[in-house]
Amino acid sequence: MRLLKTSLAVLTISALGLSSVALADSATLNKIKETNTILLGHRESSVPFSYYDNNQNVIGYSQEIEMKIVNAIKAKLNLPDLKTKMLPVTSANRITLLQNGSIDIECGSTTHNKERAQQVGFSNTIFIIGTRLMTKNNSGIKDFPDLAGKNVVTTAGTTSERILQKMDNDKDMNMNIISAKDHGEAFLMLQSGRAVAFMMDDALLFGERAKARNPEDWVVVGKPQSYEAYGCIVRKDDPEFKAIADETIAKLMTSGEINTIYDKWFNKPIPPKNLNLEFPLSEKMQALFKAPNDKPFE
Amino acid sequence: MTNYSWNWSVFFQSVPSGDATYIDWIIAGLIGTIVLSITAWILALIMGGIIGTLRTVKNPIISSIASGYIELFRDIPLLVQLFIWFFVIPEFLPQTARDALFQMPPLYSQFLTAWICLGLFTSARIAEQVRTGIQAVPDGQTAAGLALGFTTLQIYFTVRIPQAIRIIMPALTSEFLNIFKNSSVATTIGFIELSRQAQQLVDYTAQPYEAFIVITALYMLVNIIVMLLMHKLEKKLQIPGYITGDK
Repeated sequence: MRLLKTSLAVLTISALGLSSVALADSATLNKIKETNTILLGHRESSVPFSYYDNNQNVIGYSQEIEMKIVNAIKAKLNLPDLKTKMLPVTSANRITLLQNGSIDIECGSTTHNKERAQQVGFSNTIFIIGTRLMTKNNSGIKDFPDLAGKNVVTTAGTTSERILQKMDNDKDMNMNIISAKDHGEAFLMLQSGRAVAFMMDDALLFGERAKARNPEDWVVVGKPQSYEAYGCIVRKDDPEFKAIADETIAKLMTSGEINTIYDKWFNKPIPPKNLNLEFPLSEKMQALFKAPNDKPFE
Repeated sequence: MTNYSWNWSVFFQSVPSGDATYIDWIIAGLIGTIVLSITAWILALIMGGIIGTLRTVKNPIISSIASGYIELFRDIPLLVQLFIWFFVIPEFLPQTARDALFQMPPLYSQFLTAWICLGLFTSARIAEQVRTGIQAVPDGQTAAGLALGFTTLQIYFTVRIPQAIRIIMPALTSEFLNIFKNSSVATTIGFIELSRQAQQLVDYTAQPYEAFIVITALYMLVNIIVMLLMHKLEKKLQIPGYITGDK
């Protein structure tokens, strides 16, 4: 009897040892396998990247890429019934939620920069934006120098906010920079007349414009002040997991499948109001599709 | 937490525009929080004192207007009130007033909105405390005042209100502490205060724990100072043998 117990114990231990050898490289993949669940982070109002449709389903360009990555993980781990759990995140909490294990990956509108790269890993770039301005079509604002002495709104905690502050300092422009809580509120400040222009990532500006009562009243203008690479965030020091995301994204791009996805979200009517963002594919994006990489612009 | 790399020196790093360090940002936020809270506190005391007193008068019209005011500000969440003050009310202003409001530097209009919102919200809570304070003064004293030939106004100003203030001091201390904490809602309209600066630090440096630990400590420090000062005042004003229990 004792012998049986001992040998059972030995067997169990060696079995555990074997299975952990098989997947020891990736803590995230191990966790997904053990729980048969993957935890996905999403944004609630980053149109058209990750947001809710009228039925409270999460949709968007980044969301679609995230689901492709989930499919790749299903195949890799041979888990056809892998469950997905969605958790809404904000720009303020996404990094913490990833680090504490509440989410395994987030694809939204997260810019890859060096400060963040110290805390989390970034997948291959999924989108490249330029930071520009949205203004009323009769405001007379054509480019950034026209902002001198004016009220300008942006979203708190974005690269646009930093660029505006630096521009104001360096060029003595006497701008009043308003930092709104989120893109929706920033656009509300623009619409109500508290600010003459809204500086933000161009793709998001087109997204906000599509939500406006009269989209044709608003124009996106100005020379981009920076380019930014959006990536999916994964836990740092988990190269095996990051590799699955990278490969999935690279394959989407080099196979050309990404063009269909891009068209669907940027050149066709999208929920919730069936508006077309009419946001043409930029040269930088075309170059990215030809040569996928995980390099930030900063 | 094992994935987190701590970096406390982040506060002494230069901000991207290069003209300050992150600690300067935190100090600017602390000043914003203190100025907003103290000025809103003054507004709250004045309005709360008036409304709370009116709530106790015999005239049913006056007292129901006062209780309507209290219910209005007590029953709507603070965040919603701020949104109404900032986005909705200006739409109903005459064009000239709206232009004046929108063309002043944003910091002023943000401050003005947050000040009114926080002050009136807290005034409704103070009004309730003033009312209970006034009602806690024994009726016999009012009767005695009347017997001595005092008018109603005289009874309020020389008998009931002075005692009420001394009775409600502990409750006022709590409200004073609350106003510092509630001032953080002003972050949503872009006012520069402590919690906004913490958010900014998170977004700029990706060091959320350091930023929030520091502002938590600062909120506590401010409130401990307020509490100590208010306790001193409380001791001074205490009515011997009354409620707060003198030994």
